[in-house]
Amino acid sequence: MNYNWDWSVFFREVPSGGETYIDWLLSGLGWTLAVAAAAWLIAFVLGSMLGVLRTLPNRVLSGIAATYVEIFRNIPLLVQLFVWFYVVPELLPRELGNAIKQMDPTTSQFLTAFVCLGLFTAARVCEQVRAGIESLARGQKNAALAVGLTLRQTYRYVLLPMAFRVIVPPMTSEFLNIFKNSAVALTVGLLELTAQTRQITEYTAQTFEAFIVTTVLYLMITMIVILAMRWVEKRTRVPGYIGTN
Amino acid sequence: MLNLVRASMAALFCATLTASPFALAQELPATLKKIKDSGTITLGHRESSIPFSYYDDKQQVVGYSHELALKIVDAVKRELKMPNLQVKLNPVTSQTRIPLMQNGTIDLECGSTTNNTERQRQVAFSNSIFQIGTRLLTRKDSGVKDFADLKGRNVVTTAGTTSERLIRKMNEEKNMGMNVISAKDHGDAFLMLESGRAAAFMMDDALLFGEIAKARKPGDWAVVGKPQSFEAYGCMLRKDDPQFKKVVDAALADLMKSGQINKIYAKWFTSPVPPKGLNLDFPMSPELQALFKNPNDKAIE
Repeated sequence: MNYNWDWSVFFREVPSGGETYIDWLLSGLGWTLAVAAAAWLIAFVLGSMLGVLRTLPNRVLSGIAATYVEIFRNIPLLVQLFVWFYVVPELLPRELGNAIKQMDPTTSQFLTAFVCLGLFTAARVCEQVRAGIESLARGQKNAALAVGLTLRQTYRYVLLPMAFRVIVPPMTSEFLNIFKNSAVALTVGLLELTAQTRQITEYTAQTFEAFIVTTVLYLMITMIVILAMRWVEKRTRVPGYIGTN
Repeated sequence: MLNLVRASMAALFCATLTASPFALAQELPATLKKIKDSGTITLGHRESSIPFSYYDDKQQVVGYSHELALKIVDAVKRELKMPNLQVKLNPVTSQTRIPLMQNGTIDLECGSTTNNTERQRQVAFSNSIFQIGTRLLTRKDSGVKDFADLKGRNVVTTAGTTSERLIRKMNEEKNMGMNVISAKDHGDAFLMLESGRAAAFMMDDALLFGEIAKARKPGDWAVVGKPQSFEAYGCMLRKDDPQFKKVVDAALADLMKSGQINKIYAKWFTSPVPPKGLNLDFPMSPELQALFKNPNDKAIE
């Protein structure tokens, strides 16, 4: 393969001037982190609530949570983003729809991307939380109720503190996925890390340099997440449960 | 923890290894020899660059550039005295076309690829086959007549294109307060325009006419504004392959000088084209006429 390597490409000034391609990568990295972090907030809070709902003895409530999960888990992420960005504004009242469409484009792209990614991941977090709660011995819940705790207290003081500690490993995977999935934001025009990489490729024709550096950047993000979650795992380890050596 | 660090070091090491020139030093044989030995020539084509290279309603590759590519294949058949040369078609995108050319997957790409100096570092270009100007597509009733009317409005363009650089620069220099949206491809950019997220779409004029041809209501749209730049499209081939380039260039120069090119131009730009049978009505510009009179492979910068 006759490829012309040139690692100095990142230090070249971009055509519009005033910055180098490194600045593009860093700004892309910033958006990737912002989308992923904001989406995780939604996913964790909403997912935990839905996960609890799914295990409640109330049919209606658990039904609502189950429906949510089936809808958001079964529609491809790309399609969901497309629906939020292009279809939803058309369904709203005309003025509201137009207001959304005339918003500053970067703001509307960012909002759509993290809300969509957050809602999608919430369905997955919900299932992890439910699995965590259901993995606990049934005796724990019964015992808590038998000593006179209300259902709310049973969840708050007995079930959830255990469940959240049990599901740290699978939650690590979800947290990693949210960083990688954030690349879908490029389809609505947000210039996150992958989009900037493609853009550098288009401008400089140095495809491999751009993608190698970006791969390393994603690797670094995920590595940091893994290390942080390992620490959490160690701190919250339940003696005698999974994850203890 | 230690394992993790070790694993990441190993991954990084592999990445650097691939990146070293030695691992890739294996040279490909010259294109003509490769075509002769394999009995096939592989053409890279686009999937939706109307009217240059795209799928028609029967999922066949058609278009102005594709027709020129087939003429070049005829010349290669004559050159190698191989009338039964097989033609393989390989779809490419703007991201994949250069790597696929370099690693030998495709031998020739005729689509809507601009010949510029950055790309010349990686690949070679034939005699130019087309010339475009960068203009605006807008809804007829939008009130946009030229670039000056875009003050304070949303403008969409396709990421990574010359149009994107120009519009961002214009925005800064003239303080126009536009919001520039970079869509991932032409189709998405048009969707943003159609759904009202942007007042205008800046792009190569020929591609804008192509978008109109695909639109649900072609009558609603117009291409306006003074061209902000001109670009030459060329067929792309591997670098440092003078024999193959000579065959390609000669085939194109023949078409241009013999006047055959005018017929091909008329077929794709001033007559109804698939998939909707719409006429792009895009008369030949003086710049293009000059190019056909005097074929050359120069980039316009």
